[in-house]
Amino acid sequence: MTMQIVHSGPVTSSDETVRAREALARDNLRTEPKAVRIAIITIAIAFLTIFVVLPLVVVFAHAFSKGIAAYFAALAEPEALAAIRLTLLVAAISVGLNLVFGLVAAWAIAKFDFPGKTFLITLIDLPFSVSPVISGLVFVLLFGAQGYFGGWLRDHDIQILFAVPGIALATTFVTFPFVARALIPLMQEQGTQEEEAAISLGASGLQTFFRVTLPNIKWGVLYGVLLCNARAMGEFGAVSVVSGHIRGETNTMPLLVEILYNEYQFVAAFAIASLLAMLALITLIAKTVLERHLDEGQDASDH
Amino acid sequence: MRDKTQVTIEVKDLVKTFGSFKALDGVDLKVDSGELVALLGPSGSGKTTLLRIVAGLDWPDAGEVLINGEDALAQGARERHVGFVFQHYALFRHMSVFENVAFGLRVQPRAIRKDEAAIRARVKELLDLVQLDWLSDRYPSQLSGGQRQRIALARALAIEPRILLLDEPFGALDAKVRKELRRWLRSLHHEINVTSIFVTHDQEEALEVANRVVVMDKGRIEQVGSPDDVYESPASAFVHGFIGESIELPVQVEGGVVRLGDRPLALAAGGAAPGASKLFVRRHDMLVGPPGSGAFEGAVQHVRNFGPVQRAEIVLSGGKTIEIDAPRDKELRVGETVGLEPRRYRIFAG
Repeated sequence: MTMQIVHSGPVTSSDETVRAREALARDNLRTEPKAVRIAIITIAIAFLTIFVVLPLVVVFAHAFSKGIAAYFAALAEPEALAAIRLTLLVAAISVGLNLVFGLVAAWAIAKFDFPGKTFLITLIDLPFSVSPVISGLVFVLLFGAQGYFGGWLRDHDIQILFAVPGIALATTFVTFPFVARALIPLMQEQGTQEEEAAISLGASGLQTFFRVTLPNIKWGVLYGVLLCNARAMGEFGAVSVVSGHIRGETNTMPLLVEILYNEYQFVAAFAIASLLAMLALITLIAKTVLERHLDEGQDASDH
Repeated sequence: MRDKTQVTIEVKDLVKTFGSFKALDGVDLKVDSGELVALLGPSGSGKTTLLRIVAGLDWPDAGEVLINGEDALAQGARERHVGFVFQHYALFRHMSVFENVAFGLRVQPRAIRKDEAAIRARVKELLDLVQLDWLSDRYPSQLSGGQRQRIALARALAIEPRILLLDEPFGALDAKVRKELRRWLRSLHHEINVTSIFVTHDQEEALEVANRVVVMDKGRIEQVGSPDDVYESPASAFVHGFIGESIELPVQVEGGVVRLGDRPLALAAGGAAPGASKLFVRRHDMLVGPPGSGAFEGAVQHVRNFGPVQRAEIVLSGGKTIEIDAPRDKELRVGETVGLEPRRYRIFAG
């Protein structure tokens, strides 16, 4: 399409015309025609506005629709506070567990060769490919009253379902891939040479990990933790199945939003939703910053 | 730097396979104290595997590694006290040059660890040795390849290793820097006199730097000797073909007569065994004369000048094309027929 421009007019002897046409041709080689550009950009902006910006604005508009006082009053409700506390607790547990699991899995996959490695990588992705509702149901089947371990748990008076352990387990399962996924490519790219150098210089396994491996992947770890945390706080499906929706006890923030909404308490529902939206915004900003650090780390690693 | 005590390295009948690939196929080698030995071979010849096994970074399927007569395989890489220099430097990217060199001193068990002042003094001494003390606050990413490799060497020397192992130390550097570093490594070795092995696929590097060259191919040692030995008296067809530029011709040896195709050559078979063989001549050992003057005859097809020599492509009668290096005192012309007489040659069975 762009090449035709060069042949479009009759040949003139005027230098200026030729030069102008060459400039035009150059421009057209680099970019699409103006109309196409404007159309594409307009579509992109319209799409983003309708699907991203507008919902975000609506959340905050509804949250503050009865004034700032009502907003904070809704957040100060004991039920809301309990949900916030539970969400933070569950996120802390699952992020902590997944940090350890993710590090171990990524370490094993990136630095060692063993049979079944491909299978393990596939397993790590499982929580991403399974519907969260199924993930929750799995735990009901395992730990519910009729589940495999249900009888044993009842005999020993251990409550997993409809309590914090069940919610933490389901959340951990759903968010498992984040840390491992962030670290595996990073660690694979860095290879094992620095570790080998450290060991031949007399470092122990732990010294090698804390002095060489961990500093090299710290931005990747933070990146994985960030995404893991965002998903852990926002998880709805899996948690909904195992939570039991006991008000003030096993409702996380996303669950409470739904309940309040169904009870027509719009200000309260959107006030809590606004907290989750803010978490999303903060996560996005932090993610951008971390990605910049990750890129720098990669630049520094060239030979 | 203080004198190293005597340290020898000995490997016996080393075997290592990766899946179905035989990286080492029964390797025996003895390195004397203070030697600088080059392991030379094409990629896949097993030289790096051998080095990594000596360092404790890989483990053999069978065989022995003795450092100073002690079984090294009973120890991990950590206990062997071996300085290892990697092809891609493997500097710790998040540490300054100073901390990189200090690393080996900082991770020592508390009982024998030096205090901070002693560590600083030692690092300074090493950075002076590699002439890079002015870079001590920089990070590896800010250094050139040659500087990185010198820092890697200083880091390896910091722990006062019993032996020094270098894996293609100049392989990732450009030609000019490589030449400088080669000379520098040789003089450094002269200064510190640590028993050293380095791996290279670059014959010039091996011949220039090492006291002794070990030529490897397909997991086996083909020849061990001084640089002059391996160049002047190659022990096998592989060594002759790999070291120095050679003309290789398939010949038949029958009853003391050497034939190229159906033509008998006016060359003594020497002690060569009868049967299909390979005749090797160095390019510059093929002397050019008038037609009919030598063992071969051929037509000049192409001539290029390379500094002091002219490199000519010559089609031998019989159809085979060879490349020779002739002095430039008599210009060769394309289309000209010449006689060729090998000043020196070798015949290997196979």
